[in-house]
Amino acid sequence: MENFKLLGKKATRFGFAEALVELGEKYPNVVVLGADVTGSVLTSFFRDKFPDRFFSIGVAEQNATTIAVGLALSGKIPFFATYSAFSAFRNADQLRISVCYNNANVKIGGGHSGITVGPDGATHQALEELSLLRTLPNMTLVVPCDYIETRKATLAVAEFFGPAFVRFGRAPVPWFTTEETSFKIGKAEIFREGKDVAIVACGLMVWEALVAAEELWKRRGISAMVINNHTLKPIDVKTLVDAAKLCGAVVTAEEHQVHGGLGGAVAEVLAKNYPVPMEFVGMPDTFGVSGEPEELLVKFGMTWREIYSSALKVIERRDNKIGSNHVYRKVKDIAPLSNDIL
Amino acid sequence: MKFKKILFHNFVFFAITMEIFFEPKVFENKKRKPEEFAEIAKELRRDVIKSLLLAKSGHSGGSLGTADIFAVLFFGGFLRYKPENPKWEKRDRFVLSAGHICPILYATLARAGFFPVAELATLRKLGSRLQGHPALDTELPGIETSAGSLGQGISIAVGMALSDKYLDKNDRRVFALTGDGELQEGSTWEAAMAAGNYKLDNLCWIVDNNDCQIDGRVREVMSIYPIDKKFEAFNFDVITIDGHNYNEIINAFEKFINNHNNQIGKPTVIIAKTKMGFPISFMTDNYEWHGIPPNEEQALRALAELQ
Ligand SMILES: Cc1ncc(C[n+]2csc(CCOP(=O)(O)OP(=O)(O)O)c2C)c(N)n1
Ligand SMILES: [Mg+2]
Repeated sequence: MENFKLLGKKATRFGFAEALVELGEKYPNVVVLGADVTGSVLTSFFRDKFPDRFFSIGVAEQNATTIAVGLALSGKIPFFATYSAFSAFRNADQLRISVCYNNANVKIGGGHSGITVGPDGATHQALEELSLLRTLPNMTLVVPCDYIETRKATLAVAEFFGPAFVRFGRAPVPWFTTEETSFKIGKAEIFREGKDVAIVACGLMVWEALVAAEELWKRRGISAMVINNHTLKPIDVKTLVDAAKLCGAVVTAEEHQVHGGLGGAVAEVLAKNYPVPMEFVGMPDTFGVSGEPEELLVKFGMTWREIYSSALKVIERRDNKIGSNHVYRKVKDIAPLSNDIL
Repeated sequence: MKFKKILFHNFVFFAITMEIFFEPKVFENKKRKPEEFAEIAKELRRDVIKSLLLAKSGHSGGSLGTADIFAVLFFGGFLRYKPENPKWEKRDRFVLSAGHICPILYATLARAGFFPVAELATLRKLGSRLQGHPALDTELPGIETSAGSLGQGISIAVGMALSDKYLDKNDRRVFALTGDGELQEGSTWEAAMAAGNYKLDNLCWIVDNNDCQIDGRVREVMSIYPIDKKFEAFNFDVITIDGHNYNEIINAFEKFINNHNNQIGKPTVIIAKTKMGFPISFMTDNYEWHGIPPNEEQALRALAELQ
């Protein structure tokens, strides 16, 4: 088990941008599309190195998404990146029909995502796109936890055929994984062993989860497992179910609305396979406001403190079986099986 | 250097609390001679510089470049409004589709008396009504719609104009401002199509044609030219002006008002040739100023140029 330490702070968009340059060198059919935010999402790195394989489309995200599909249907591996607010929402219909229904080999970068885009305010703080993207058939959805993992994720999505979305951010955030940290699309990684409660996180909340786990241990002797669930789709059912079986209580944490994102995905898996009490840390069903990234994470309750208190709450619910004292009758004893032939 | 910085911060803080930094002066909305607008536009530009300096992020270029248009529209008797009754049901409406240049809208609304001028010091800060992009939910007086996702405001303006002309059958007007990079959004042309189709002579669309956007020159990032012929094809009355010439701005708005009064059955578009960052020497016509604020030294230089 790797013992994670803070290595510094770095914006995850650098991981995306550096990986694109690497991919450009490796694959001559990797192309990049820009929608007038090239310097912000740093696709400028690729543009400056491979000007012939960069297409400026202008502020026209719907067009860029569908042009990418045309390129993909002509054997290219197009990456289109802009702010998540516009690379997942403005072009949602294009993503659904042209990208996913075609199962086109289009890779989308969602930059400046989450509340940490800060002072630009609610219009630019994409906090809902995971829920939308997660429901699209054929889509692979990755929310890496730091700069290094964003680089790995971007490299990895080029290695398989089909639509993919990689989410990253603008603000410098904790950087704590290394080249050696294992990463595989579709595989949730246990970042800390524990047996009292499982914290399932993605994006910058993975670091907060590690901090919360350490505080739970130091202050209360509670042993918390931390899972880095970077791939929301396809989701790693086995790791999640095993964690639920071992701990019997789960907290999810994400820089996204509490509804429909990672929390929803984990709840779906557990409800079907092994229901346990859950608590959800995330944006509390409201739009954001202007402010500095750190201020906003505190204001809207997306820090280790909320994970800590949610862990205590979910353990309490498990231990006291809150809400589960009703006795259900056993249906198999009252209805003849032959009635089930439909 | 450090010491100078601390001095500066103390000065700004002091100046704000003493209301020196944002002197609470408001302007009347009335028919004016062209040269009178220079003083107003200068004050608006100073507000833009000061509020962006304090915010430490935000969009200088378009906010400064459109100040002359805002001065004439809001203080020349063209847009009809009552700051003391912002929801006045006979008011004309102004929609800022290019939501990112809201610092100039905030300065204008404050100087028109919609809210205290000192509030400009809160731009983009936690708890402020002056959000990074205009937000209806903060209930900042004078804001007609949230905006920030380019290309949407103009369609909202079309909806307002439709409602005024055909449903409420009143004589209100709708003014809307888009950027020129914004015209790359296909939906803006859907708005143009609808405005032309519905003969919305109560709609005045202003294009801030500075030929700048984030990635560079509009003509290089993705050309939208010719702009005038496109609007003509959509049945607009097209007026092309120098967006820093008060005579031309006044004439353009007068033309639109005549168009509306005479029910010409066409929407009006004013293509305003402007310069991003104008008239600050080190910002003018430089797209790198699209989305950044001045630092302390730059702000002082800019304010000195705006004496
Ligand atoms: C739908 C959408 N895509 C992208 C952006 C990011 N963005 C904000 S301003 C801007 C450039 C707009 O250019 P222009 O309209 O010419 O405004 P100017 O730079 O002249 O102020 C972009 C791409 C956005 N706000 N909305
Ligand atoms: Mg422009």
